[in-house]
Amino acid sequence: MKQNLSALLGGMIFGAGLVIAGMTNPEKVLAFLTLNQNWDPALILVMGSAVVVATIGFWAASGRDTPLFDTAFHLPGSTTIDSRLVAGAGLFGIGWGISGFCPGPAIVGLLSLDVRAVIFVIAYIAGVKLFEVWERNKSTPVMQGDG
Amino acid sequence: MFDAILGGVLIGAAAVWIFLSLGRIAGISGIAANVLSGAGFGWPLFFVVGLGAGGWLAYATVGAPAVVAVDGEYALWLMLGGLIVGFGTRLGSGCTSGHGVCGISRFSSRSLVATIIFLSVGMMTATVLAGLGLR
Repeated sequence: MKQNLSALLGGMIFGAGLVIAGMTNPEKVLAFLTLNQNWDPALILVMGSAVVVATIGFWAASGRDTPLFDTAFHLPGSTTIDSRLVAGAGLFGIGWGISGFCPGPAIVGLLSLDVRAVIFVIAYIAGVKLFEVWERNKSTPVMQGDG
Repeated sequence: MFDAILGGVLIGAAAVWIFLSLGRIAGISGIAANVLSGAGFGWPLFFVVGLGAGGWLAYATVGAPAVVAVDGEYALWLMLGGLIVGFGTRLGSGCTSGHGVCGISRFSSRSLVATIIFLSVGMMTATVLAGLGLR
């Protein structure tokens, strides 16, 4: 219960931050990603201030043995920079540059019934499912035809 | 400018809260994948509901998003973008939140590399499409 309420609160702060920062407006995001005479650098400040706050906060919390409402921290273990990371980040960049949406703002937009976000998220879900199918087929040996 | 900094501070504070309270990384593509996998009423679903509620509250304060007409061509771009972002963020294990905010703040070299790639590829894509007059 405490975990769920903490997640709800964290999500609310995150969602409000995305809206106030302008991240939920794909036109503004594209104005940041498009390097021409109309370039809008404001989103550098969004990421910059988020990283400063998170760096200080993670550092301050790093002395704890456990989080407040769980028995252990759950942190990504992988440290290798592999082709999946590089290709995945590259694909994400292409999709972000095409649409101006990344996952968080798209979910906020979906739940506010922004038509652009609704269309994006339907395709986003299809992309996630496509990845899962691709991943499954890759890990199981393909049956060869007998012809 | 003030809005950008305030928004960023809130995003950073939310990431710290999720780390401090749950011991988790507030990576939204990962959280979304967890919800989509039908994991049920766990903390990821509550986080996603919170995203919507917080966004809605902020819209109620700063004004609702502009209603933008979406013609067929724009819809196709949005669908193409969504499909690629869905696949790419799973393959690359993260997006702007998990790699860009949380990972860099934890000094993860994986996340730093991912962020440099998606930012530069995103800029190249948007700039080329705008240059061609496509967007």
